[in-house]
Amino acid sequence: MNRFGRLFLQAISYAAFAMTVGYFASMPAYRYADAGAASVKISLSHAADKVAPCVQLTQEEIAEFAANMRRTETCERQRLPLFFEFDVDGARVLTIEAPPSGIWGDGPSSIYERINLDPGRHRITVRLRDTARTEGWDYVKSEEVVLEAARYFTITFKEATGGFNYR
Amino acid sequence: MAKLKSFFRILFVRAEYAFDMAFGQKCNPLSWLGSLGWYFFWIVAGTGVYLYIFFDTGITDAYASVEYITNDQWYAAGVMRSLHRYASDALVIVVVVHLLREFSLDRLRGKRFFAWLTGVPALFFIYLCGISGYWLVWDELAQFIAIATTEWLDALPFFAEPIANNFLNSTTLGGRFFTLMVFIHIFAPLFMLLLMWIHIQRHARARVNPPRPLAIGTAITLIVLSLLHPAVSQGPADLDAVPTELAFDWFYLAAYPLLDMIPGGQLWLVIVGGLAVLALFPWLPPQKPAPAAVVSLDNCNGCARCFDDCPFGAISMVRRSDGKGYETEAAVSLEHCLSCGLCVGACPTSTPFRRATEIVPGIELPEYPITGLRESTIAASSQFGEGPRVLVYTCEYSGADKLRNEGAQVITMPCIAMLPPSFIDFTLSRNLADGVVLAGCAEGDCYYRLGGHWTLQRLNGERDPYLRKRVDRNRVCFMRTRPGSGKQRQAEFADFAATLADLPPASHKKSRDE
Repeated sequence: MNRFGRLFLQAISYAAFAMTVGYFASMPAYRYADAGAASVKISLSHAADKVAPCVQLTQEEIAEFAANMRRTETCERQRLPLFFEFDVDGARVLTIEAPPSGIWGDGPSSIYERINLDPGRHRITVRLRDTARTEGWDYVKSEEVVLEAARYFTITFKEATGGFNYR
Repeated sequence: MAKLKSFFRILFVRAEYAFDMAFGQKCNPLSWLGSLGWYFFWIVAGTGVYLYIFFDTGITDAYASVEYITNDQWYAAGVMRSLHRYASDALVIVVVVHLLREFSLDRLRGKRFFAWLTGVPALFFIYLCGISGYWLVWDELAQFIAIATTEWLDALPFFAEPIANNFLNSTTLGGRFFTLMVFIHIFAPLFMLLLMWIHIQRHARARVNPPRPLAIGTAITLIVLSLLHPAVSQGPADLDAVPTELAFDWFYLAAYPLLDMIPGGQLWLVIVGGLAVLALFPWLPPQKPAPAAVVSLDNCNGCARCFDDCPFGAISMVRRSDGKGYETEAAVSLEHCLSCGLCVGACPTSTPFRRATEIVPGIELPEYPITGLRESTIAASSQFGEGPRVLVYTCEYSGADKLRNEGAQVITMPCIAMLPPSFIDFTLSRNLADGVVLAGCAEGDCYYRLGGHWTLQRLNGERDPYLRKRVDRNRVCFMRTRPGSGKQRQAEFADFAATLADLPPASHKKSRDE
């Protein structure tokens, strides 16, 4: 093949390479599958109660410890799991039992969920149990909110500020 | 596995032929994929350093600084940004094609496992570099990547609290995690460079630069692309809004849409499991290696030519162990030797002119002894038919064994550089053939990396052992060819045969060794 023909083929090869790089670097556009929905994010990280309450030690038991290791009560390390429920307009959407973190199960439990809902007015109810009780809830929040399409609605939890927070 | 290799091999044979037409063998991009990878890496690194001058690493100012780079200084930093992105994308392309081609050529098996095995984690680092880079722009795409990546990472049981909480909404956004990404984007390429360096450690004289015409052509291509289709940001990140439509870099982000379909944990399993299986390819199924080269100390004078020529660093020169008056002797590493025979071709004692009943050179391959090569040469000379008698020495990978169909006698060996130049002299001076063809792999694409290069230098008198001056060069043809270049090969062979037919009868001088 002559020089001109070879240069022509090179130009075509380089152009094809540039078009491949240029095209797939930004196209085709990625469309979020549920673009018309409102997105609800639930995020909480909270330490539940210990599996058993601390036990007061007797004087004899305290005396058995070395002098520099003496303590007045003994506590289980492990924590209870968190129980969480999420209802929309009275219908149960999520039920989660979140185990405590850590090798010894002594860390906080975490929940992170992202759920798509139809936009519009909804009654959102969340419940959390962080104690050994078997019935009822320690924290409950139920409120009517307006969810917008393609906007995030976040549900967080902070014990210090009284529990759940909608935003 | 074999069928898959054959499938890719057929594709690559066609592509190699097409690119040979356009670029010639010497600059065929498919022969330089690894070097192009290095080249793109340096473009990305160089442009990255320039961009960092103008980039604000704070999460609140990052977007504005990238907008300044893209719009206010479009002619310099803007082009650099585009080059940074497109060279990164080009890196993915050449790395993937490099991987598929080496797989199709079976250049990963047995003792060649090292480059493959070290290449697999490099894939991870390429993606870490690319994805962390997109994060830094802090536009809608970066927001999508931040949330999707952290949610995906949260599927792993490593984090006590979900790290996706960092991007929950605009009130929870903090700069600390963003700063971590800046560090990752700087240090991940350094680790990648380390891996790339390890990747080529078993290659002597590793090629890390593509030929200049290819480098210039590629650079011009990327610059033109950057000017015509500059890389731009998308809208600024808003953690309260769901990004619904994004201009997507599919080279780096193709896995993310899968998260809409399958849980993050399963996707991790697919990716990590896939990489683990990929890493095992050199042993699927296990392969019995060819016996390594063997040193004969009685014939080794420690000249170190084999050491210089070995493409895989399998030979070292060690202190003499047999009490002879030489300082060193060659030692072959069984773990590194690929039995290519380049060392045999380099050894000055590998000559068919020696009078000993059994010729034992200083180093040779047990499966391809020099005595056998001499006998094959003599035997081939009695098989010629009509027309010029052409003896073809070829490697196993050039496809030149098909020249049998053109009336040539063909002797095959692992690599053409296994043939000591003295064999050409032997063949012609003994009137065993009218002409000799040495057929090796395509230029720059030798199966054993340096065979063609060394052969040409030996023929040109630039590398020991030389082809003697007395050998009529008109009767010697060095052909570089591929399995898919049959017509070119036939034409080249026909030209050579026609040249031989026009030459006067050769005068046959005896060697001093005889």
